[in-house]
Amino acid sequence: MDTLEILFYALSAFAIVSAIMVLVSKNPIHSVLWLILVFFAISGHYIILNAQFLAIVNIIVYAGAIMVLFLFVIMLMNVQSDKEPQKKLLIKFIGVLSGGSLLILLIALVKQTAQLEGKQVLMKEGTIGLIHPLGKALFNDYVLPFEISSVLFLSAMVGAVIIGKK
Amino acid sequence: MPIQYYIFFCLTLFSIGVIGVLTRRNAIIVFMCIELMLNAVNLLLVAFSKMHNGAALQIAPGSTAGIDAQIFVFFIMVVAAAEVSVGLAIIVMMFRNTHSVDINFLNRLKN
Repeated sequence: MDTLEILFYALSAFAIVSAIMVLVSKNPIHSVLWLILVFFAISGHYIILNAQFLAIVNIIVYAGAIMVLFLFVIMLMNVQSDKEPQKKLLIKFIGVLSGGSLLILLIALVKQTAQLEGKQVLMKEGTIGLIHPLGKALFNDYVLPFEISSVLFLSAMVGAVIIGKK
Repeated sequence: MPIQYYIFFCLTLFSIGVIGVLTRRNAIIVFMCIELMLNAVNLLLVAFSKMHNGAALQIAPGSTAGIDAQIFVFFIMVVAAAEVSVGLAIIVMMFRNTHSVDINFLNRLKN
């Protein structure tokens, strides 16, 4: 087993355990912190896939901006963890059951897909994840969606301000 | 690394997100689980892009096949950031009106 495989398994196990802890923690602030750990693990996955630009953007945008926004909102509301309403045990059981069935169904589907047999993911090599080819593609082929996304950001900003002012 | 391992890992993360949406009543946690699902999809897109790029590099060196998936991931992150800002504004508004973040109160948004 070489280093990349060990890294893959370690990061995957870390991400899955942290993701489960997001659901299990009673305190919402702990959930946010566990989710930040999941995002760091996913950024590690991007790095071993040599998608360096996305790894950095994932840390800056998700772990940096979005999670800080979540933390601000939670601290603003001062939600007590013991007052949080819980779903009934039966509903929780049914939820876990349906989520698990979805997982088993999709895994069974992937396992019998013949087109995926023997396909390998290129790890640690390849240049498409670097900033130079990505920037070229973004500003040549995808320049219109890029500009439209700025309009989307403007409308989201206006919407958030208007909703927050009411 | 075979592509199946990445698919299994991302499916597990996605299903954990689905279970979280179905079992929790705190609107903020539900929102965080949606972010988790988006991230699982992002990672799978990058894995598939590297798979296609690896296949294309064996035929034509210097090929940039599969770069579209990484641009897609970039745009998914953009949309997620916009979505989170509006969604958290709605949650804050709901908390001001009902003093609770229970999702069962969200049906009062229409009034």
